[in-house]
Amino acid sequence: MAVMAEPVAAQVKRSSMWTRAFESRNFLGAMFMVPAIAILILFLAYPLALGFWLGMTDTKIGGAGRFIGFQNFVSLSKDSVFWLSVFNTIFYTVAASVVKFAIGLYLALLLNERLPFKSMVRAIVLLPFVVPTVLSAIAFWWIYDSQFSIISWVLIKAGLITRYIDFLGDPWNARWSVVAANIWRGVPFVAITLLAGLQTISPSLYEAANLDGATNMQRFRHITLPMLSPIIAVVMTFSVLMTFTDFQLIYTITRGGPINATHLMATLSFQRAITGGNLGEGAAISNAMIPFLVAAILLSFFGLQRSRWQQGGRD
Amino acid sequence: MSTADDQSVGMDYLESFPRKFLRVYLPLGLIIFFLLFPFYWMAVATFKPDAEMYDYEKYNPFWIVNPTLEHIKKLFFDTDYPLWMWNTVIVSVSSTFISLFASVCAAYAIERLRYKGSRYVGLAIFLGYLVPPSILFIPLAAIVFQLGLFDGNLALILTYPTFLIPFCTWLLMGYFRTIPYELEECALIDGATRLQILIKITLPLSLPGVISAGIFAFTLSWNEFIYALTFISSSENKTIPVGAITELVNGDVYHWGALMAAALTGSVPVVILYSFFVEYYVSAMTGAVKE
Repeated sequence: MAVMAEPVAAQVKRSSMWTRAFESRNFLGAMFMVPAIAILILFLAYPLALGFWLGMTDTKIGGAGRFIGFQNFVSLSKDSVFWLSVFNTIFYTVAASVVKFAIGLYLALLLNERLPFKSMVRAIVLLPFVVPTVLSAIAFWWIYDSQFSIISWVLIKAGLITRYIDFLGDPWNARWSVVAANIWRGVPFVAITLLAGLQTISPSLYEAANLDGATNMQRFRHITLPMLSPIIAVVMTFSVLMTFTDFQLIYTITRGGPINATHLMATLSFQRAITGGNLGEGAAISNAMIPFLVAAILLSFFGLQRSRWQQGGRD
Repeated sequence: MSTADDQSVGMDYLESFPRKFLRVYLPLGLIIFFLLFPFYWMAVATFKPDAEMYDYEKYNPFWIVNPTLEHIKKLFFDTDYPLWMWNTVIVSVSSTFISLFASVCAAYAIERLRYKGSRYVGLAIFLGYLVPPSILFIPLAAIVFQLGLFDGNLALILTYPTFLIPFCTWLLMGYFRTIPYELEECALIDGATRLQILIKITLPLSLPGVISAGIFAFTLSWNEFIYALTFISSSENKTIPVGAITELVNGDVYHWGALMAAALTGSVPVVILYSFFVEYYVSAMTGAVKE
């Protein structure tokens, strides 16, 4: 009997090891993660690390680079075009985000009213966000044309100005023009996501406020804003992230011109790395964007923490 | 939702129409005009003959006197536009399906198998969502070149999932969380494997989530620009956004009519798809933010 029992036991053990493996959540979980993790490590984590390394080399396109430490950053710190791009990026982000938030919140409040064809209006409002940015930027490029700008034409016909506005030839005109295009593209995102937040606020809060005799302004100040603040934090973080790292609008409308007046850090890094061939220097510019991004993410993280605490949730 | 809305504006009838017009309809109309005008302008320029386009004195710029298909014809027959369209479709569809497959598996594993460390992997994937393409494209260009993928559709098909997978996974995790555990437990007792549970129970129940993620991923890859601009060099391999901006501008000569036609026809497919799935699109967009 003892002689017979051994192979049987071994067999049982072997088969159970396989089935156990496939029933084990850890093993199965790992198997399920393979496709996503493989792509994300190869094309997200590895490039991120490689970017740090490239920023410390003098790599050119088509050649291996040498490690040169922080020399790229040292030379950038003396580069006035780089500092101009930092200024432009911050100006672009702050100006566009503030206006996007103001118009977006206002639009969300308007859309939250009782309206005919509400869902159709909402679908139309979101169009600028859906359409490829580059393609709508081409339309803006034409709207800002120095000879055939429709804005100039209308203003002249209305008698407000006498000469065509040089939208993209003058530094400050160009900056405001790209900010306007960015606002146009970003407002729908802010408005629709804030609208989703507005719709979760219970109407009974407003009824109670009405009974207490609150004015419209008071209801907005003491109910809408506090209830909306967690989602505002997240939406604005995303909006700031997207604006800060924007590339498409600038590349299409101005290519960084006139005389680098609208270069953002992203477009400057493209120009240095791909057009100019200095991969190392371009990567250093990209790396210089990271501290700002981390600041934005932390801001949203603490915003979320506060919302959990406010709602008395766990964690 | 509609009954709740009705309650919240229960005293709405007290407001006269002129007042509501000034308070709601007028500002709303102005904002919508601002949001839609560029599209109108795109369409007008597409169908306007050159003679009218560059003469604001004789013709009112807001109208088209003699509509023409000349620009569209030029775009379709004198440029590589049909190839760009084909590339864009191939790249968007493939990268969307790859991302959906990888994300469904990953989201199910993180949310339902709950293997050791799944919380941290979920968090890491969310952080991946926050890494913008404009800081990845330089090192990615080096990698794409090393792998010999440069100047081909595969370069885009494999790199687009880097921003699609984190988004889709995060969205699907939210959907999977809403499915009751009991359903899976019943299936497990009946002897179903995890794969069967995923295919026969979890996926059908979270179909709206999968559609939302798919639609959003498709529009994101249709709109992608910086990778396509960096990784593709020959005209016949370009996507629509890149082709339009690089091939239709010859030095200082802008073919405005053809450019606008490219902008319009390149936008129409996404808009049509979007119009069929507005609700899914909105739930994808707001769902990703709400979490």
